[in-house]
Amino acid sequence: MTIVRTGWIRQHVAALRILVVLTVILGLGYPVATWAVGQVLFRNHAQGSPVESDGRVVGSRLIGQNFTGAAWFHPRASLAGAKGYAAGGDGADGSGGSNLGPSNPELVKAIRARRAAVARENGVAPTQVPPDAVTASASGLDPDISPEYAAIQVNRVAKARNVPAADVRRLVERYTYGRQLGVLGDPHVNVLELNLAVAKLG
Amino acid sequence: MNPTLAAVLSVGLLVAALVVVHRPLGSYLARVYSGTTHLRVERLLYRLSGVDGDGEQRWPAYLRSVLAFSAVSVLLLYGLQRVQHWLPLSLGRQNVAPDMSWNTAASFVTNTNWQSYSGEQVMGHLVQMAGLAVQNFVSAAVGLAVAVALIRGLARSRTDRLGNFWVDLTRGSLRVLLPLAFVAAVVLVGFGAVQNFTHGFDAHTVQGATQHIPGGPVASQESIKELGTNGGGFYNANSAHPFENPTSFTNLFEVFLILLIPFSLPYAFGRMVGDRRQGYAVVAAMAVICLGAVVASGVVEAHHPGAAPTAAGASMEGKETRFGVLASSLFSVGTTMTSTGAVDSWHDSYTALGGGVTLFDMHLGEVTPGGVGSGLYGALVLAVLAVFLAGLMVGRTPEYLGKRIGAREMKLVGLYILVMPATVLVFTGIAVVTKMGTSSILNPGPHGLSEILYAYTSAANNNGSAFGGLSANTMFYNVTTGLSVLIGRFVPIVFVLALAGSLAKQQKVPASAGTMPTHTPLFTVLFVGVILIVAGLTFLPALALGPLAEGLA
Repeated sequence: MTIVRTGWIRQHVAALRILVVLTVILGLGYPVATWAVGQVLFRNHAQGSPVESDGRVVGSRLIGQNFTGAAWFHPRASLAGAKGYAAGGDGADGSGGSNLGPSNPELVKAIRARRAAVARENGVAPTQVPPDAVTASASGLDPDISPEYAAIQVNRVAKARNVPAADVRRLVERYTYGRQLGVLGDPHVNVLELNLAVAKLG
Repeated sequence: MNPTLAAVLSVGLLVAALVVVHRPLGSYLARVYSGTTHLRVERLLYRLSGVDGDGEQRWPAYLRSVLAFSAVSVLLLYGLQRVQHWLPLSLGRQNVAPDMSWNTAASFVTNTNWQSYSGEQVMGHLVQMAGLAVQNFVSAAVGLAVAVALIRGLARSRTDRLGNFWVDLTRGSLRVLLPLAFVAAVVLVGFGAVQNFTHGFDAHTVQGATQHIPGGPVASQESIKELGTNGGGFYNANSAHPFENPTSFTNLFEVFLILLIPFSLPYAFGRMVGDRRQGYAVVAAMAVICLGAVVASGVVEAHHPGAAPTAAGASMEGKETRFGVLASSLFSVGTTMTSTGAVDSWHDSYTALGGGVTLFDMHLGEVTPGGVGSGLYGALVLAVLAVFLAGLMVGRTPEYLGKRIGAREMKLVGLYILVMPATVLVFTGIAVVTKMGTSSILNPGPHGLSEILYAYTSAANNNGSAFGGLSANTMFYNVTTGLSVLIGRFVPIVFVLALAGSLAKQQKVPASAGTMPTHTPLFTVLFVGVILIVAGLTFLPALALGPLAEGLA
């Protein structure tokens, strides 16, 4: 075996050359190969899971969007961008949460205000409002709400649309996803899918 | 199903998966780093780079190669960010500011991935994939190389050769990380992670607004970010972003990727030193502490003490619905026990004690199981300390794997152990007494101290996660956390390689009646004690003023 010679400059030139070669393999070849497989096997996912309705792209299945008004199921509070649910791009908007700490009075105040508002608009007791309805998500783009939060919104949506509450409840069940593999994560309801289905009810 | 039972079963699933794969992967790792033949692509790579793939290096030469490669990496990554506006796939984004570029370059090259930028606003696709993601691979491969050099130091005798850094770097990148990352990336796309090179698309939302849905080569970066225990998110929300971590399955899968190599490497260590039981003793200590933290975090997060979590009825601030409280807390322990720093929820908004667990996880020095490679070499340094303490107790010359632990070895171990706490506490001290440090705090009271302590703990341990309330994109924090990551990475590597060199020279002494066996449960208990006591004595005062003060108030 020969012994590696080490000159200071030689060493750094070799380092730069090996880094450039590895960049071509790992920084270009690898993402392109992943992209190619994604295009063949999971095209919709690779593009960002766009959802179409009446021939128009109305959003992404995985990215929450804002809904206001009595006729729609409302998502969680979002701190992505000034108005919430800004999914990114340039400028000041992007994903993120509040980062407020557990004993921060500002956060306690926000939670109390949300609890009162959610209880009022859905006509339920404040104690019936579940935790996800009064807290901001981590990404600010949470596409889901808990089945409990969906449940307290059913009557309001049904009334605003003048349809039987049982029909709306059935749709909530249909778009409720259980724990994956039976044990992973928490059950949740996809708000965009649910609202698109609700819109078809009338 | 009851959420607690579901969480216990998902942890069981994770443990079972790791138990199944650690042997084949560990054996593979041992073969990769012990083999003498090069693949054709590797020979080509050595020829293109002008390195000799067949020579072996003494420890100073090995160290110089590590440092040369890392220095060049910092410069190239800094340069890429500074000119990104003029490169393809920049999405029109501006050149990154000098202090932010420096911080990011230092952070990614040291396997830290502390981020003072927001990915979807600052970095173009080319910098993400050809700059940041490449460092995700090679910084992990550097960690593996240093760990392997230390293993060789223990396994070999009467030699001054520790292997060839360029060969170890290349094999780690191409034979270990690349195939695993590729398979994992495809799985992630299968569950919804994005993989394209576009700007994204504009959606016209149901209620008539316009929402920009971002694109990017996300899945390929996400898989290596977890597998290489890097942690730098493509997007600001990191693994909480639905495009990085779309479902509760991918959430557990990502925790699995984070733990995969760190928990398999001890098996490779056992094989390479010719006694698998040695590997099991190490991995048992790692697993005991890691599982303890999983339970502790899960219990406090589920009980959600504190004003805000109590008002909300659960610790759901800064957590995603699809994961819920317990899967998020599992992720938080996985990421802070491994120097990864990816987050699927905001640690700043955890209960005070839940956040305290993530902080203490890092204070252990990222050895349970720690980052890719760095976890094992850190653990072996502490194993040497454990052997030394046991030797003091019974009055015999300590040995580890037949190598005498003398004054030189103990000096190196002592220096290694001092670097991280000194860096954390000195920088935290400076930050809390200066306006430049305290003006970045978001949350009032003891929590503000926790934010600063977390920042330097995360930086010096090459973790990279944050109590995100701290406004870290200031000149002060960009410079000081940048220094912390470099000190926390490379100064210990100097001591580890010096230790490896000094161990390799020794002739192995046969075990005698006075040798303490290091493959027994007794040793594992001692080892766990050493890990906890070293960190506990060092950081308890700081923890008492931060998370403990807040949590017990």
